[in-house]
Amino acid sequence: MKLLFKMFNTFFKIGAFTIGGGYAMLPLIQDEVVEKNKWLTPEEFMDILAIAEVTPGPVAVNTSTYVGYKMAGIKGALICTLGTVLPSFTIILLIVKFFWQYRENPTIDKVFLGIRPAVAALIFSAVYKLGRNMQLNIQRIIGAALTVFAIIILDISPIIIILIAAFGSIGYFKHKEKDI
Amino acid sequence: MNILKLFLSFLKIGAFSFGGGYAMLPLIRKEIIEVHGWLTVKEFIDLLAVVEMTPGPVAINSATFLGYKVAGIWGSIAATVGVILPSIVIILIIAHFLSKFRESPYVDYAFRGIRPVVLGLVTSAALTVAKDAIIDIKSLIIGGVLFYFVSFKDMHPITAIILAGIAGAIIY
Repeated sequence: MKLLFKMFNTFFKIGAFTIGGGYAMLPLIQDEVVEKNKWLTPEEFMDILAIAEVTPGPVAVNTSTYVGYKMAGIKGALICTLGTVLPSFTIILLIVKFFWQYRENPTIDKVFLGIRPAVAALIFSAVYKLGRNMQLNIQRIIGAALTVFAIIILDISPIIIILIAAFGSIGYFKHKEKDI
Repeated sequence: MNILKLFLSFLKIGAFSFGGGYAMLPLIRKEIIEVHGWLTVKEFIDLLAVVEMTPGPVAINSATFLGYKVAGIWGSIAATVGVILPSIVIILIIAHFLSKFRESPYVDYAFRGIRPVVLGLVTSAALTVAKDAIIDIKSLIIGGVLFYFVSFKDMHPITAIILAGIAGAIIY
């Protein structure tokens, strides 16, 4: 019961402070789920990112469902996901009902001018922390660099890159097994 | 009737939006403007501004917003449950099988190849966000200083976001 409550709380916090959606919430998930509570190992965290990328739906929902299931079965999955969804749900309802008329307030614009570079900084620091935990060698750095090139310059879908990497890697290690 | 339509529409959006976040916007746009005519194009653009300014996944924010506009509080619940249901079901199935096949060497091989790709994906996301966010020397300083404190001094991401918001209100 205590664990379920803690999981709900953690994902509620993640849901409440993720501005910009998607990858903007990774640093917070990393901090809370991997570093502070150790519900996932750094490797598992990367694996879930890959799974979230090849399955439909928001990354935050995918991650909270996975973590919840791992820690406490289906009940855990539902509670973590509810925690992630509830803040946005409540905030949006309040906005549509009460604050819709203030949407062109200049102070809010300024606050967001400050927050946007912070979101970029947070994602870069997630990259730094993922890399630090990964025992980077030259092959892995090349793999990551090629991915950046394929996505930003060639505009290839992440799903395709992940599938190529998965099957390529299976083929490579299978081949190596035969040699031994 | 509208509530059922909302649920089914967002179920479809949830089931077919790969990559999360902004990747699902074209599909949302098609469903709510072209298929059902629930919003005008102008209202849709306002919706995007709100979604960007409020915390939480884009898909959930849009679902809640739209559901409310079309059919009140029950509409917002129907749309939000619809949009997250496919992910929950798919992830539960994967998590279940993954715990069974964790020991399989093939699963291990596949993930060993995927991990560097994930690092690249997150780097690309950081670069894409930075391109729109770093617009002048002030934003570069905010970003640089916060990167340092979060990466090396263990500053909490929430603290970083709040400080950045205050800094923005003061210096711009």
